[in-house]
Amino acid sequence: MRALNRKLLRDLWHHRGPMLSIAAVVAAATMTVLSMRGTYESLVIARDSYYEQSRFPDIWASLERAPESLKSGIQGLDGVSAVDTRVSFMATVRVEGLEKPATGFFSTIDREDVMLGRLHLRSGRLPGQDERDRVVISEQFAKANELVEGSTVRAVLNGQLRELEVLGIGISPEHTYPLAPGSIFPDNQTYGVFWMGRNALSELADMEGAFNQVALTMQAGAKEAHVISELDAILKPYGGLGAHGRDLQVSHQFLESELSQNRTTGTFIPAVFLAVVAFLLNMVLRRLIATQRQEIAVLKAFGYTNADVGSFYLRMALFAVFLGAAIGSVVGYWLGDMMVELYTEFFVFPDLQYRLSGWLLSFAFVISALAAGIGAMAGVRQAVSLPPAEAMRPQAPASFRPGIFERIGFARFLSSSMRMVLRNIERQPVKSIFSAIGVSFSVAILVVGMFLFDGIDYMMDLQFNRIQREDLSVSFERPVSPSVLYELQSLEGVSEAEIWRSVPARLISGHRRKEVGITGRHLDDDLRRIIKEDGLMVRLPAEGLVISRFLADALQVEAGSILDVEVLIGQRPVRQVAIQEVVDDFLGVSAFMEIDALHRLAGGIRSVNGANLKVEAGRRESVSRALADVPAVADVSSPRAMYESFRKQMDEGFAIGVFFLVLFSSIIALAVIYNGARISLSERGRELASLRVLGFSKQEVALLLFSEQGLITLIAIPIGWALGYWLAFAMVQSLITETYRIPFVVDSGTYLASAAMTVLAALLSSWVVRRRLNRYDLISVLKTRD
Amino acid sequence: MASDQLTSDSAKKGPLPIFRARGVSKIYEMGEVRVEALKDVDFDLNEGELLVLLGASGSGKSTLLNILGGLDRPTSGMVWYREHDLSQADEDELTTYRRKHVGFVFQFYNLIPSLTARENVALVTEISDDPMAPEEALDLVGLADRMDHFPAQLSGGEQQRVAIARAVAKRPNVLLCDEPTGALDLETGRIVLRALERVNNELKTAIAVITHNAAIANMGDRVVRMGSGRIASSDVNTHRLSIEEIEW
Ligand SMILES: Nc1ncnc2c1ncn2[C@@H]1O[C@H](COP(=O)(O)OP(=O)(O)OP(=O)(O)O)[C@@H](O)[C@H]1O
Ligand SMILES: [Mg+2]
Repeated sequence: MRALNRKLLRDLWHHRGPMLSIAAVVAAATMTVLSMRGTYESLVIARDSYYEQSRFPDIWASLERAPESLKSGIQGLDGVSAVDTRVSFMATVRVEGLEKPATGFFSTIDREDVMLGRLHLRSGRLPGQDERDRVVISEQFAKANELVEGSTVRAVLNGQLRELEVLGIGISPEHTYPLAPGSIFPDNQTYGVFWMGRNALSELADMEGAFNQVALTMQAGAKEAHVISELDAILKPYGGLGAHGRDLQVSHQFLESELSQNRTTGTFIPAVFLAVVAFLLNMVLRRLIATQRQEIAVLKAFGYTNADVGSFYLRMALFAVFLGAAIGSVVGYWLGDMMVELYTEFFVFPDLQYRLSGWLLSFAFVISALAAGIGAMAGVRQAVSLPPAEAMRPQAPASFRPGIFERIGFARFLSSSMRMVLRNIERQPVKSIFSAIGVSFSVAILVVGMFLFDGIDYMMDLQFNRIQREDLSVSFERPVSPSVLYELQSLEGVSEAEIWRSVPARLISGHRRKEVGITGRHLDDDLRRIIKEDGLMVRLPAEGLVISRFLADALQVEAGSILDVEVLIGQRPVRQVAIQEVVDDFLGVSAFMEIDALHRLAGGIRSVNGANLKVEAGRRESVSRALADVPAVADVSSPRAMYESFRKQMDEGFAIGVFFLVLFSSIIALAVIYNGARISLSERGRELASLRVLGFSKQEVALLLFSEQGLITLIAIPIGWALGYWLAFAMVQSLITETYRIPFVVDSGTYLASAAMTVLAALLSSWVVRRRLNRYDLISVLKTRD
Repeated sequence: MASDQLTSDSAKKGPLPIFRARGVSKIYEMGEVRVEALKDVDFDLNEGELLVLLGASGSGKSTLLNILGGLDRPTSGMVWYREHDLSQADEDELTTYRRKHVGFVFQFYNLIPSLTARENVALVTEISDDPMAPEEALDLVGLADRMDHFPAQLSGGEQQRVAIARAVAKRPNVLLCDEPTGALDLETGRIVLRALERVNNELKTAIAVITHNAAIANMGDRVVRMGSGRIASSDVNTHRLSIEEIEW
C-alpha cells in the first residue's frame, strides 16, 4: 500500500487546483456552520442563562390599580410560583443636549429576593427603596445619549418636573429590545427604561401600597392558559388589561424573531454549501476516474482489490474535505467570535460570548464528510465496477449527433465552432444540467441573502410612507377630551391634526380570546391609513371592526364574523361587534373602528389618547419641543426620525451581510465554473490543440472553451433565480411569527445583482483556466492517443 | 557531405525551395537531462516536391517537421518558409503562418469528434482566404459519400483521409505528414497514401511524409534519411513510382 499512498499524494498535488477549490467550498460551508449556527447557539445559551439568573417571568399583566394585599391572592393561584408587583408608567424625559424629548418607561425595583426579571447592573449601584429621584437607566439609552453615572435628566412625573440622578446603568431581560409602545423597532435615543426604588416611585405616582403591573413565574408543569385566565379573573375588578405569556412580551418576541432569523439562515446557507460540495466532488472525481481508467485497470490486474481502489478515491475526496473543514473551522471560529462581538450591540445580554460546542464542531466535520461521501459515491462506484480488461481499452470515442438547434433548422446560422459548443453541451445533457445547477447555487445564495432586505425595505416603505404619514405622533399621559384637537390645530406650525383613541379590549370568539387595543379614528383621517400588503388602502367602515390577519387567524374568524368584545376599562361592557374586514398586513395585531362607534362601544365619557400631526416644513423640532412641555403629553415621536435611524442600522447590517454572501457565493461560482472549465479542458485538450495546429489563435480557442462555460452560466442564472426564489419563499415561511411576517418581495435589483456577481465569478475562473490553457503544450498533446 | 548534396539538388531543380533550414539545432532540457534532438541540420523542401523522411525512432524526424510547421522553434539556426523567417517569428505570426500556408496530418487523426467530416473541413475553410469547398476536398480523398458522418462513425483510414482533406482544403503550399499511416493496416495505409499522391499531383502541393516503411520511399521525389539528430543522406529518386506500383 505504500506505493498507492505515494500515488495518492502525487495525484493530490497534480490535481491541487480542483482539490483546493473543493476545500474552499468545504471551508465556506464549515465557516457558515460555525459562525452562523455557532452564533445562534451562543445567543441561545446566553439568553437562557440570562433568563434563568434574572428569574425572567412567564406571565405579565397590566391593570389600573390594585392594593398590594392582592399579591398574596395571586401568589395563591393554582400553578403560580413567584409573584412580583410593580408600579410602572410612561413619562417624557428631557436629556441635556438632545433636541427632541425622549420617552421613559418608569418602573419600580424591589428587593433583590422578591424581584422577577432582575436588573443586571453594568455599572454603579441600585437605588434604595426610598431614594427619591435616583434612578438606574437602561444601557441602550445611556449609550445612545452618552449618559453615565452621575448624569442628570429631567422628567415630568405625574405632572411635576423632576431632576433625576443616574446612579447606575443596567440591563433587564424584559427590555433587551426596548420598544416604545406602538413602534416597530427600537430607537434607543428616544426611548429608555428608568428604574427607581419601589417606595419612592410609588409615592411620586400616587400609588403607595398599590401596583399596576404584575409579573409571575409558573410552577413546573403548570398550564399557561390556565394561569392566565385565573390571573385575568382575579384582576378583573382592578381594571385588569389582560395577562399574557412570553409569546406576547414585546422584547422577548422581538428577540425570538431575531433568533429564528439567525437559525433559519444558519441552516439554509450551510445546506446549500454542502449540496455544492457533494456536487463538485461528484463532478471532479468522475472525471479523474475517467482519465485514470488505465491506471485503475493496471492496479486491478496486479491484484489490488476493489476496496483498495475505492478507498483510494474516497481518501482523496476526504483529504480535500478535511483540509477545507480544518481551514473553515479556524476561520469560522474567528468569524463567529467577530459576529458575536457585533451582536453584543443588539443582543444586550450580561454574558454573551462566542461558544463553540464540541458537538457543533464535530457536526460540521461529520456533515462535510457525509456530503463528500455522497458526492464521491458515484465516482468511486464507477472505479470499482470497472472490469480490468475493459479498463485497459481506451474509452470509446465520443459519439455525437447534430444538436437540437440544427435539427430544427438553425444549422445555417451556426459556424462550425458554434456547432461544437452546442453539441458538446447537448452530448452530455446530464453533466451540463448539473454544471448549470452548480452555478445556479451561487445565484440562489445571493438571492436568498439579499431578498430579506427587499422585504424589509418594502415593509418599511409601507409603514413609513403609506401608513404613518404624520410628521409627529403624540400620545397623552392619560385620556383627554376630544377638544384637544382644537388646541393642537391652533399650535404654531401645525398644519393638520387628527386625534385617536385606543381602548383596551378582549376579543372573544368561542374559547379563543385576544387582548388588543382597539384604535378609533375619524372616517376622513388621512395622516394614518390602513394599508394592505399590496399597498392598497382599506376604508374604515362606519360601524364594526377592521382587524389584521394575524388577529383573525388567532381568533379563527373572517370578515362577517361576529365577535364578543369585552371592554377592559370603565364599566367593562361586553358587546357583540361584527368584523367588517380582515386586512392582510405584515405587522402586529391591530383592530380599528370608527371613533364614534368606539366611544359608543366603550360607554362613559368620550376621550382620546393621542394625535397625529402634520407640521409645516422645518417646524418639526420646535413643535416637538413645545409639545414635550405640555404636562399631559407622554410621548412625542417622529416616524421620519425613526425611519432614518432604522435605515442606518439596516444599511450597516446589509453591508456586512452582503459582504459575506458575495464572498460565499463567489467561492461557489468560482469552484463550479473553474472545475467545469478545467474538466472540459482536460476532456478536450486534444481537440483544442488540433485547432491551434490548424491555425486557430489562442483567443479563438479560449473563446471556444469558454463559450461552453458561458452558455452554462447563462442557463444557470434563471435556474438560480428560480431556486433562490423558492428558497426565499421557504425561508419567509419559516420566519413567520405570531405577530409579523416578512413580505415576500424580491426586487429586480436583487436578481440583477445576483446574476452580475455570478457572471463576474465566471469571468474570473475562466481567466485562471485561460492561463493554464496558455501553457498547454501543443505537440505533446497531439503525440498521444486519446 | 549531405548539405552540399542538398544545395546542388535544389540548384539542379531550378525554383527556390519552400523551406530552407540552416544550422538548425533543437535541444530539450529537462532538469539534468539534455537531449539534442537536432544537431546542426541543413534541409530544403522544394516546390511541388513529395519528400519522404526516414529514420530510426528518436532520430529527430518529428522534431524537424514540427519546427518546419511552426509548432515548435529551433534552439539555434535559421528556418525560412519562402521569405519568412520562422525562427524569429512570434506566437501570433506562427499562428497566421499555420493558418495560411501549411497543412498537417498526424498519426492520430485528431479530428474534432463533435463535428461531421464536412464540418471538420469547414472548420478550416471558414478561417482561410481562398479555400476549396469542403465537399471538393472530401471528394479529392474519395470520401464524397461519407461527408455527414461523425468521426465515431468512420474507420481509421477514413478518419485519416478526412484529416488530409481538412489539411488541403485551404490550398496550403505545403503539407506535413507525421506517420500518416502509422496507425493503419497496409491496405488502408495504401488508400491514404494514394490520397496524398493525388494531392501532390493535382494541386502541386509540396509534401513531406515521415514514415517507418522504407518501401514507401519509392513514391517520393526525394528520400531523406535521418540518424541521431542529423541528416544522414538525401537521395533524389529518379524513377518515382505510383502507389499502385509499390509492393510491400
Ligand atoms: N518534448 C520533448 N522533451 C524532451 N525530449 C524530447 C521531446 N520531444 C522529443 N524529444 C526527444 O528528442 C528526440 C527526437 O525525437 P523525435 O520525436 O523527433 O523523434 P522521431 O524521429 O520522430 O521518432 P519516432 O520515429 O519514434 O517518432 C528523442 O530522443 C526524444 O526523446
Ligand atoms: Mg516521430
